Amino acid sequence: MTTQIDPLTLAGAKPKGKRPFFLEHKDTEKVLAVTMAVAQELAVMRERLDTVERLLETKGVTQDDIENFKPTKAQAEQRGAWIQEYLARILRIYQQEIEGLDKPDDPTSEEIGHELAQE
Amino acid sequence: MSNTKAYDGPPDYRNVGIHAMSPETSHDEKARFNFLAHMNRHLASNILPGIKTAYETRVKPNNPSPNHRNQVRKALLEDSLFQHWSALRRGTMELRQQAGRWVTLRQAEELNARAEEMTKGDPRLILDPNLVLPNYLAKIDHHCMPGSYHDELVPGDVTGAANYDVGIFVTTGGGLGRYSDGGGKAVVAWVKKNRPDFAPKRILDIGGGLGQNVVPIAQTFPDAEVVCVDTGAPVLRYGLARAKSMGVENITFVQANAEDLFMFENGSFDWVQSTMFLHETSVKSMPRIMKESHRLLAKDGLVMHVEQPQYGPDMPLYEQAIRDWDAFYNNEPFWTKMHELDLDQWMVDAGFSRDELVHCSVAAVVDTTLFPEHANDDYEDYGRKAAWHIIGAEKKAA
Repeated sequence: MTTQIDPLTLAGAKPKGKRPFFLEHKDTEKVLAVTMAVAQELAVMRERLDTVERLLETKGVTQDDIENFKPTKAQAEQRGAWIQEYLARILRIYQQEIEGLDKPDDPTSEEIGHELAQE
Repeated sequence: MSNTKAYDGPPDYRNVGIHAMSPETSHDEKARFNFLAHMNRHLASNILPGIKTAYETRVKPNNPSPNHRNQVRKALLEDSLFQHWSALRRGTMELRQQAGRWVTLRQAEELNARAEEMTKGDPRLILDPNLVLPNYLAKIDHHCMPGSYHDELVPGDVTGAANYDVGIFVTTGGGLGRYSDGGGKAVVAWVKKNRPDFAPKRILDIGGGLGQNVVPIAQTFPDAEVVCVDTGAPVLRYGLARAKSMGVENITFVQANAEDLFMFENGSFDWVQSTMFLHETSVKSMPRIMKESHRLLAKDGLVMHVEQPQYGPDMPLYEQAIRDWDAFYNNEPFWTKMHELDLDQWMVDAGFSRDELVHCSVAAVVDTTLFPEHANDDYEDYGRKAAWHIIGAEKKAA
């Protein structure tokens, strides 16, 4: 076949239908999208490193070894738990916002400082 | 090191079932799917519950008496946490599509050649190049999948179907099982339990896509003649090759519009099935699809439509609004209207009597040693959880 399909352009093609934006400023949402794509690639790199480390424990490593590596169930769970931990780290800002939802009147340090200066 | 809590995350992508049409995936491509499955799980398990709290504590007080889910959704759109959750959820779907398309497009020639080799001259692939695409598919790419089920980049293209297949794991975090067939297996389990003597000779799956949900039905009834109908040639080509490579030889894949299945005679099927299909149609096409289902069904036959639960009066407006998210922000435009319809009435309008109707709930049937089972858990990803309702009917009169 002579057809050349260019995945570099086509993989990221826009689906039919106008894209919704949610954040107050479109630019912020674009930066968030870039950030999460980078976050994805870091997770990919970490999984690859984990594979290399596990293989190195037993022998020298070839690229084929890495490509064909399949973690045991326990190893897969350790790796899955790492991604959970990783997401908890990078998305911390949302967790803290949620935890603060029932404390809308949580005083700031400045406000407490004013109080303590008088007590 | 990691915490000691029992692991409850998605399984590793490497547990996904492989068949002859499966695209090759490198180490890093698998890792990308792992990350994205986790991302969806995190958004559902860790952030979505916070949206509910945000709604109760700071959205609802300013909008105390909404009388429609759209009012709830519009109020939520003003909330920062909902905005970010939405931006991340949309962005994750876009990353998933890009990741899957990268995998399939970089090996397009090999995949297309393999499909050609496995289906060429096979009478079980019946394509209609003159088929007019229904509006509901032509106007938008469902779930942000560029090219939808039908676009062909080159003649004989199957890459769109391969992308759907290779990445569906991501959206449900493995909730659909090893071959993404948890819906089909759920229907089989329901039939085996509730209609143990049912022995269909001909089975029709409408809007069946690449046949992932009809394969377990065909496997359960190996002597039945099974037909999978869809409008997209790529999914049908891919579907036949996939089914054959899994040792399933009794499915014919037919390119047709479910609104007009003129090629089949009245009463010629004992079972008419649709699985997560109706919500991708339209208010004008759905009655025609239901009437066709009634026409094609034989006496004592069974029709079953699998969907997410309807928005009944008992469902809180908040839940309806969250369930509507995919309609507005993930290119599932008919989802919102479809879920408010009186489906019983539509089935009656299609020709069934009320005492012929069947209602039940099912959850994905998966290999629970490796995949998450959502039958009895508290996990909820409104609209995407692998647990559904069935609206169906048994035809008592000829």
